[in-house]
Amino acid sequence: MSSMILRGRVAAKLPDNIDTDIIYPGRYLNITDREKTPEHLFELAYPEIKANLKPGEFIVGGKNFGCGSSREQATAAIKYAGVGAVIAVSFARIFFRNSINLGLPVVVSPAAVAHLEAGDEIEIDLASGRIAKAGAKDFYSAAPLDPRAVELLNAGGLIPYLKKKHAAA
Amino acid sequence: MGLTLAEKILARASGRESVAPEEIVVASVDVAMSHENADLVRKSFREIGVARVWDPERIVIIFDHRVPAESEKTATTHKAIREFVREQGIRNFYDVGRGGICHQVLAEHGHVLPGMVVVGTDSHTTTHGAFGAFAAGIGATEMAGVWTEGTLWFKVPQTFRILVDGELGPWVSAKDLILYIIGKLGADGADYRAVEFDGPVIRNFSIASRMVLSNLAMEMGAKVAFAPVDDKLIEYLSSRTGSRIPMSPSYEPDADAHYEKVIEIDASEVLQDPVVACPHSVDNVKPLSKLGDIAVNQAVLGSCTNGRLEDLAIAARVVEGHKVHPNTRLIIIPASQSIYLEAIRLGYLQKLVEAGAMINPPGCGPCVGVHQGILAAGEVCISSTNRNFIGRMGSKDSDVYLASPAVVAASAIAGHIAHPEEVAKEVAA
Repeated sequence: MSSMILRGRVAAKLPDNIDTDIIYPGRYLNITDREKTPEHLFELAYPEIKANLKPGEFIVGGKNFGCGSSREQATAAIKYAGVGAVIAVSFARIFFRNSINLGLPVVVSPAAVAHLEAGDEIEIDLASGRIAKAGAKDFYSAAPLDPRAVELLNAGGLIPYLKKKHAAA
Repeated sequence: MGLTLAEKILARASGRESVAPEEIVVASVDVAMSHENADLVRKSFREIGVARVWDPERIVIIFDHRVPAESEKTATTHKAIREFVREQGIRNFYDVGRGGICHQVLAEHGHVLPGMVVVGTDSHTTTHGAFGAFAAGIGATEMAGVWTEGTLWFKVPQTFRILVDGELGPWVSAKDLILYIIGKLGADGADYRAVEFDGPVIRNFSIASRMVLSNLAMEMGAKVAFAPVDDKLIEYLSSRTGSRIPMSPSYEPDADAHYEKVIEIDASEVLQDPVVACPHSVDNVKPLSKLGDIAVNQAVLGSCTNGRLEDLAIAARVVEGHKVHPNTRLIIIPASQSIYLEAIRLGYLQKLVEAGAMINPPGCGPCVGVHQGILAAGEVCISSTNRNFIGRMGSKDSDVYLASPAVVAASAIAGHIAHPEEVAKEVAA
């Protein structure tokens, strides 16, 4: 696997059970251009996140991040707003799959979540499953990604992966 | 070691003798359902670049989230999907006025049978576990992959078995039971798990009530949620498909299957009174009797959770002889065209309209916060739907309480969250 090291600042730390309506309200589901979805990211409860977000920054969540609807716009809004990765204690299953499919790294690490705060500069090594604060020797372990997920992330998501596969066939 | 039903179906669908939890399998998909987000799927499918879908007969598309089109934008989306459906020869397409809520329509039209692998671009696809299908929600891009290849990878889930015995109290329904379970296990209590519901209470439930359990199991994170395949279900399915569905041991878990957890519930002990899920999470469940006086501006009866005939029947029974409270509006949404028609024939809608209810067309209505009953800041709604998240039904400063159809109907009459007995007693008096 190619090296997958991400560096950046934690833009926000959110509580448990961040649902997909909080990430992306249902009223905007008729927006089907992925690039346009960030306009409504966290619009109802945390509009300040989008206002202050810089490309490559990270979002930290608690348990069950992305619970609720299957709406892919929730993942798209985070990814196309430029977020580098989401780190959480756990993810709801559809959100997790959507993220891998759209090429948004999702990292399960209760240890990192316990110690990270908004504003921390961190480094994530997706391949080895390590998260460290800038300049720190110690790191927090993350659950290793399934090889299939790694393959999809490396390809840039499911669409480029299938595009290549079916073009070659 | 025997297999749970989830393991059995995934083994069959991936061409293996047996599978174990945590293994990754690639399963063939029997039914692939989408609603308006078929437009997102269509776009991803175009990007992948293959010309034809893998099997147009296995794809079902049902409009429900925005019916009829509430905006020009949606009208354009609907139009694009109609054109795609025609181009690809997808015959199982239910347009405005022909269907209703996707999960109800999929069931009514006999698309789902026991042992199938069903995926849908809607989280409440778990509903079809009530028919013995391995049915899970997926995202739009993943569905484009299914449209391309007809297969999908799954991690074989661990299974929870939930057994319910005893007697439910009067006015206590499947909705109260599943809210009680979610309240106990938490919003992520069954995350990534398969759930098997069984026991005398479940077997006594109608098919509609079993659908409520499988539907809402999603709100505790379940990947799939089965009700037992029994004679009652076989009868239902046979009437839907027009041919006798044979019973098979492959529709049942093995007696020696391994469960991560077995949860036993004695309804006589813990389910004697209705419960309510309070804002803003489905696991914030409290006994109705402990709520105190909560005035409601709106009461909504409908959705893929509770918009079926038995729900309309109990609401009609509760409101009969009453008027909706002057400070409250009651919105009724039959889950499908055929339920709508049957509710007209049986007089339920007449009773509801006479009481002052407004009837919305079959579809998701205000549940997704799009139209047909949006809440203003400061407003409170009691609803038979499935989510009470911040801003789910409108303003971020509105509150949604989730309850059974009987409680919704009683609350509409009382003007505050009310036990159905409170309203029923007034009739007697």
